[in-house]
Amino acid sequence: MSTLVEEILKAAPPASDQKMTAKDFQSDQDVRWCPGCGDYSILAQTQRVMPDVGIPRHQMVFISGIGCSSRFPYYMNTYGFHGIHGRATAIASGLKMARPDLSVWVVTGDGDGLSIGGNHMIHILRRNLDINILLFNNQIYGLTKGQYSPTSEKGKITKSTPYGSLDYPFNPAALALGSSATFVARTLDRDPKHMQYTIKRAAEHKGTSFVEIYQNCNVFNDGAFFQFTEKDTKDDSVVFLEHGKPLVFGKEKDKGIRLNGFSPEVVSLKDGKWSVNDLLVHNEKDTTLSFILADMTYKPGIPRPVGIFLAIDRPVYEEEMARQIAFAKEKRGEGDMVKLLNSGDTWVVQ
Amino acid sequence: MPEKTVQNLDEVTIRFAGDSGDGMQLTGTQFTNTTAILGNDLSTLPDYPAEIRAPAGTLFGVSGFQIHFGSTEINTPGDQCDVLVAMNAAALKVNLGSLIDGGTIIANTEGFNDKNLKLAGYTSNPLTDGSLDKYRLYAVDITKLTALALQDMNLSSKLVDRSKNFFALGMMYWMYNRPMEPTIEWIKNKFANKPEIKEANLRVLKAGWNYGETTEIFSVRYEVGPAKLPPGRYRNITGNQALAWGLMAAAKKAKLDLFLGSYPITPASDVLHELSLYKNFSVKTFQAEDEIAGITSALGASFGGALGVTTTSGPGVALKTEAIGLAVMVELPLVICNIQRGGPSTGLPTKTEQADLLQALYGRNGEAPVPVIAAATPADCFDAAFEASRIALKYMTPVFCLSDGYLGNGSEPWLIPDFNELPDISPKFRTEKEGFFPYLRDDKTLSRPWAIPGTPGLEHRIGGLEKQHITGNVNYEPQNHDFMVRLRAEKVERIANDIPLAQVEGDASGDVLVVGWGGTYGAIKSAVTRHRQRGNSVSHLHLRWLNPMPKNVGEILYKFKHVVVPELNLGQLIKVLRAKFLVPAVGLNKVQGLPFKAIEIENKIDEILKGK
Ligand code: SF4
Repeated sequence: MSTLVEEILKAAPPASDQKMTAKDFQSDQDVRWCPGCGDYSILAQTQRVMPDVGIPRHQMVFISGIGCSSRFPYYMNTYGFHGIHGRATAIASGLKMARPDLSVWVVTGDGDGLSIGGNHMIHILRRNLDINILLFNNQIYGLTKGQYSPTSEKGKITKSTPYGSLDYPFNPAALALGSSATFVARTLDRDPKHMQYTIKRAAEHKGTSFVEIYQNCNVFNDGAFFQFTEKDTKDDSVVFLEHGKPLVFGKEKDKGIRLNGFSPEVVSLKDGKWSVNDLLVHNEKDTTLSFILADMTYKPGIPRPVGIFLAIDRPVYEEEMARQIAFAKEKRGEGDMVKLLNSGDTWVVQ
Repeated sequence: MPEKTVQNLDEVTIRFAGDSGDGMQLTGTQFTNTTAILGNDLSTLPDYPAEIRAPAGTLFGVSGFQIHFGSTEINTPGDQCDVLVAMNAAALKVNLGSLIDGGTIIANTEGFNDKNLKLAGYTSNPLTDGSLDKYRLYAVDITKLTALALQDMNLSSKLVDRSKNFFALGMMYWMYNRPMEPTIEWIKNKFANKPEIKEANLRVLKAGWNYGETTEIFSVRYEVGPAKLPPGRYRNITGNQALAWGLMAAAKKAKLDLFLGSYPITPASDVLHELSLYKNFSVKTFQAEDEIAGITSALGASFGGALGVTTTSGPGVALKTEAIGLAVMVELPLVICNIQRGGPSTGLPTKTEQADLLQALYGRNGEAPVPVIAAATPADCFDAAFEASRIALKYMTPVFCLSDGYLGNGSEPWLIPDFNELPDISPKFRTEKEGFFPYLRDDKTLSRPWAIPGTPGLEHRIGGLEKQHITGNVNYEPQNHDFMVRLRAEKVERIANDIPLAQVEGDASGDVLVVGWGGTYGAIKSAVTRHRQRGNSVSHLHLRWLNPMPKNVGEILYKFKHVVVPELNLGQLIKVLRAKFLVPAVGLNKVQGLPFKAIEIENKIDEILKGK
C-alpha cells in the first residue's frame, strides 16, 4: 500500500525544465540582518549556486535553529523550518529519514550548532545522513547582543566576560572530523567564488556535509576574520586546500607547507632549500591528512587552512534504514495489521 | 499416588517473588500468558527494582510479579495475595505484608540459608521458628530438586541455578491446573539455538509439575474456571505493547508512515523495542542521541508528512518541553507518549505514579495548550494511542498520550478489535496552490493546512516565532499575538466537539461520585462496585480526555453530594476540577510508587458516606 505522501508526490506536476535563476530562490520576505553583515553574502552565494545544484526548489528544505544565521530559511523561497535553539540538525535528521527524496539543508551558527546544539551536531555527522550543514562562524553571539561563543578566542572581552573568557575555543573542522564526518570544509564570507564552489561541492556530496563559513559580525565582532579575508593580509594568512595540489600560499606564491614528521611547517620556496616538490600535497580522500590539516587552524605562524579538508564516501543513514525496511518486507511480507493483532497466543470466548 | 482434592475458586492472587536475577518477571509473564489462554480474566503487577542485578539476597534486590485472575471480572492486580512464592528470605520479608491471613507460602528452603537469613535481617529461620504458623507454609527445596532434575546434564551450577524459576512455575501450573504446553512452546522457540538451556528448562518445568503431582505435601489442587467475557477472540497484552500497536494501527488508517524518535528510558523503552520490530510495516524507529533529538526528529518527520511520535517518561518530557511548544506554534501533528513513573527528577524509575498530569497540561513556557488523553487499562493504551493520533492529525497539534509504569508493564486479556472497523483517519494534504496560506484555517476545526515539502508551488516557512494570522509570516504586533494565542486555545477547545461525552458508571446522581483518570481505573471500579453491592449510592466517572474535557463533566459533577478524586499524586486532577467547576472535591492521594488498592478507595468512600 502506498502512503498518502507517495500518492501526492506522484500526482505533482513535473518541474519545468526551464533553468532557474538566483531570483527564483529569493522569498518575498524582507531580509533583516544588520547592514554590512556577512550573512548577506552567504545568502546571495547560496541563491546563486542553487540553480546549478539542479534541484527544484519545492524539493528543497532549509532548516535552522536560533540565532542571526537561523533567519536564513525565511529568505529562501523553498520549504523552510525555523526551529528551536540548537535542534535544527535533529529536526533535519527526522525529516530526511521520513523523506529521503528531499534536499535538506541546515543553517546554523557557532552558538547554535556547537554550543547548545553540539550534541546533535556530532551525532548527525557520525550517522552521515545526506544533509548539508552551513555553519556560520562569527565567533560571537549576535542575536543576544554580544556574548562570547564556543569559537571565540580565549581571553575574549564581552558583556558576559568583562575579564576575558576562560574557554579554549572549538576548532569546528577538527570537531567535525573527530565526529567522523565524511565532508568537512571551510570557506569565507568575503570570498564569493570559493564559497559558491564549496557550497556546490557540499550539495553534491552524498552524506552529511559540514561547511564552516567564516562570517563577519560587523556589530559585535567586527573584523574577527579580516586577517583571512582582506586583500592585504589574506594571501599570507590563508592556505587554500585544493585536491591533488601542493599547499602553496603567499602573495607571490612563494611559500608552502611541508610535513616535518607529522607536523606541518611553513617553508620558503625562494631560498633554494625547498621546492614545490617537497610540499604537502592535498588529498581530500585521506582521513589522516585531514586531521593534520584541520589541526593547523589555531597554530601560530601557520596559515589558516581553507577549503575542503575531507570528502569521502560512506553509506548514508537513511538509505540503510530504507534497506532494512525493504529487507524486512521481503523476509516477512508487507505488514498486515489484522494478522499482527491476531498473531501469537489467542483464544476465543463463545 | 496420594489422593488430591480439587477445590473451585472464583479468583486468586499469586505473587512470585525472588532476587532480581531469579527470573520472577519471566515466571510471572509465562504464568500470565497461560492463564490468559485458559480464558480467565486477569490483571498483573510487575514490581521490580531499578537496579538490573542488585546484590543477591538483599531486601532491595527483590523482584516481584503479582497476578490476579479469576472466573469473575478482574479489575486490579489484587490488593493482597493469596499465595506467595518466595525464592529466598528477602523475598518473604518484603512481601509477607501483602499476603492475606491464612494465605499460602511456597518457600524455596535453599533461599533461607544462614547467609540469606542474615541479608534479609532474620535472626531465626521463619520457615522453622513457628512465626509463619498462621499461614499455610510449603517449604520446598527448589534449588536441590532442580539440581537433581539436571544432575546427568553436567551443567555449570550457574546454569542450574538459573533454571529453578521453571520449577516454581511447574509447581504452580500443577497447583492451579494450567497446561504446560504454552510455556514448553515458548522455551523451545526462545532457546532454539541453545539446546542445553532448552533441555534444562524443559526438564525443570516438568519436574516442578511432577513434584506437585507426586509429593505428599500438596493435598489440594485448585480450579479457576474461565471468565464470562464478551464473546470474541482474545489475547493477553501489556500496556506498552498495546500502545505501540495503537500507533501502528493509527498510521495504517491514516495512510502515513509511522516515525518514532525516542531515547531509552524506563518504563517507556519497551514501546521503542516493540516498534523497532515492525520494519515490514514501514515503521521507522530512530534511537536518537537524547530526548530532545527524539522529539525534534519526530517533528521534522511530521513536517515531511509522517505520523511523528515520541515516547518517553516524565524526565524525558521535561527535556522535550521546548520542542512541544514549537509543535504548538508550527501546528504539526505529533504524538507524545509519557509512560509516567515516580518523580520528581530521576525519582522511582521502575515504579508507577501519575504525577505528570499538570506537566502535560501546563508544563510549557507561554500559553501552549496541548490536548491530553490518558489510558485507563493496559489494553486501553491501544485505543488511547489511536485516538491521540486521530486528534493530532485532524487538528494539526501535538497530543499527549499518558500511560504509566503500571499500565505499561501490566497486562490483561484484550478483545482483539476488528482492524477493518477502525475509522479512516487519513489527513488531507494541501496540494492546490490557489488560495494557499500556511495559516489559513479550516472553519470548523481551526486547523491549518498540511502542505508537505515536495509539493510544487506551496513553498512556505514555519517556525517558532509568532505567526501572522493566515499568512504565517513572522509577526510581533500586539493585537495579532493576542489573537493567535486565543485562536490556538480555541482550536484545542473545539476538540471537545469531537470526543464522546463522559459516561458515568453507576447512577447519574447520588451521594458520591468517584472521579479518576488513567491507571487507577481498575481499583476505582472495584471499590465502587463493592459499594454498590452494599447498596450505597456511589458512582464512577473516569476521564479519558483531560484536555479538553468532555462537555458534560461539570453537569455530572453537580449531580452528586460528594466528589472524591483518588490520584497517585498530591492532587492534580482535583486542582483542575476545582478551578474549572468550583466543586468542593475531596482528594485521596498516595505516592508510594504503587497502584491503589481497591480497599483504600473503598475505605475513603466509607469515610465520606459516614460524614454525610
Ligand atoms: S548581529 Fe552580527 S551576525 Fe547578527 S545580523 Fe547583526 S551583524 Fe549579522
